[in-house]
Amino acid sequence: MPQYLLSVWFDEPYDDDIDLSAPETQRQIAPISELNAEMQRAGAWVFVAGLSPATSATVVRAADGEISMTDGPYAETKEQMGGLWIIEAADLDAALDWAAKAAVVCGQPIEVRPTHA
Amino acid sequence: MPDLAPDLGEIFRREAGRCTATLIRVLGDIDLAEDAVAEAFAIAAEQWPAKGVPPNPGGWITTTARNRAIDRLRRESTRTDRHLAALRLEGDDMPPDRDPELDALDSFVDVVPDDQLRLMFLCCHPALAIDAQVALTLRLLGGLDTPGIARAFLVPEPTLAQRIVRAKRKLRDNHAPYRVPPAAELPGRLHAVLATIYLIYTEGHTASTGDSLTRVDLSREAIRLARVLTELMHDEPEAVGLLALTLLSEARRPARTTPDGSMIRLADQDRGLWDRMLIAEGHTLVRACLRRNQPGPFQIQAAIAAVHADAATAAATDWSQIVALYDQLYAMRPDAVTALNRAAAIGELHGADLGLDALDSLDGTLLEDYQPYHAARADLLARAGRRDAALAAYDRAIELTANLTERRFLEQQREATALAHRT
Repeated sequence: MPQYLLSVWFDEPYDDDIDLSAPETQRQIAPISELNAEMQRAGAWVFVAGLSPATSATVVRAADGEISMTDGPYAETKEQMGGLWIIEAADLDAALDWAAKAAVVCGQPIEVRPTHA
Repeated sequence: MPDLAPDLGEIFRREAGRCTATLIRVLGDIDLAEDAVAEAFAIAAEQWPAKGVPPNPGGWITTTARNRAIDRLRRESTRTDRHLAALRLEGDDMPPDRDPELDALDSFVDVVPDDQLRLMFLCCHPALAIDAQVALTLRLLGGLDTPGIARAFLVPEPTLAQRIVRAKRKLRDNHAPYRVPPAAELPGRLHAVLATIYLIYTEGHTASTGDSLTRVDLSREAIRLARVLTELMHDEPEAVGLLALTLLSEARRPARTTPDGSMIRLADQDRGLWDRMLIAEGHTLVRACLRRNQPGPFQIQAAIAAVHADAATAAATDWSQIVALYDQLYAMRPDAVTALNRAAAIGELHGADLGLDALDSLDGTLLEDYQPYHAARADLLARAGRRDAALAAYDRAIELTANLTERRFLEQQREATALAHRT
């Protein structure tokens, strides 16, 4: 079955120190957990992860046998990916339905990209 | 389009979309389907002049294309997916070895109508940008070639070719389903199809750029697509509304321009030139869909066009009915175009000052770069006798007009306004 990346996007750099136990955070997370459960019941769920802010990223390059590293994300844009799902779906329309649900529970735009079949 | 004799050209225009639609389902690949259909038409161009056109040309083309595709897949079956596709084909209910000419009537023909619907929904998939939807629809359903579409939209040919290639690749990479959407999704998806066909029509009606006001081929193709859609979805009043709207607009085409190509606005058109056959058909359709009492934007716009068509002279136009219809349309779809047309209708019914009041209630900052806003404002200001403001609005409208015919028209209006108020 085709697999798709659903990535969650933020227009601005987002906060690093989230208190997961705070009631407000819990309220935001609950519907996402429900969506994960729904995806698992439907056999669509492959993987999910929330990401630390882009400032925590390191870019590693290999050139002429040399490995080099730079601090920070690869793309120098203020928009950043905050999380991702890999899902399995029968076709684009099914993937877009999951993306619509993800957009609702995350309150953020979701990018849908197919993987190479 | 391949270089064909006149009647073959006609058959191509009528059948290419249907054949491609069926082949996409059978082959599971847009490019394979397009190539196979093109090859089948090339064979037809060779054989038909000598042997005569088969009784069911569409069936002949579809069968020949399918058999050619199987041959090709066998030759190129080093690629696994293609090999699989070939195997899938051979498991199909039609053996590949049958002589296509004995097969003029075949099982494909029965399923063609649904395939065309599938293809319309695929080409107008909301995951594609609207310009890609339009290009793909014209190419796959209309059988228009890339240079033809590029010319019609005054887009460089490589840009348009790229747009089509990307759209096809996106649909393939994303595993876009080839089906008529289920009932729950249908209203939204149908709207995208209707909007695309209407955009093709309006582009043909008033080309947004360039120096010819009409692109007759695009309008004709849009009407053909609207007809196909209403035949396939006769339970959808909005599809019928779209067809009625395009027919009623098309009826005015002979009166829209002077012999030298200048634009004539509705109020000044010679109504004797309007095509009565198209108007009669449009009226019948408007009545039929309004009876169903499921009003939608296309039906209301068609009803407005029908009210205009009813008036023997511009002065006899029933503006109160038109304003009422625009009120209904605006409640349903509060966009700038509707607001402008509504304001213009109010100007006709209650006078230019009230029309201007309706315009001024809109957020002008959002409309600053919107040509029709300034054109509508200029007209109302001129009628209200506010010469300087009218001239300024004409200047802004002219500045924003890319279509040369429309530009000339606005320049003439500006000139007339400047002269009329000089004394």
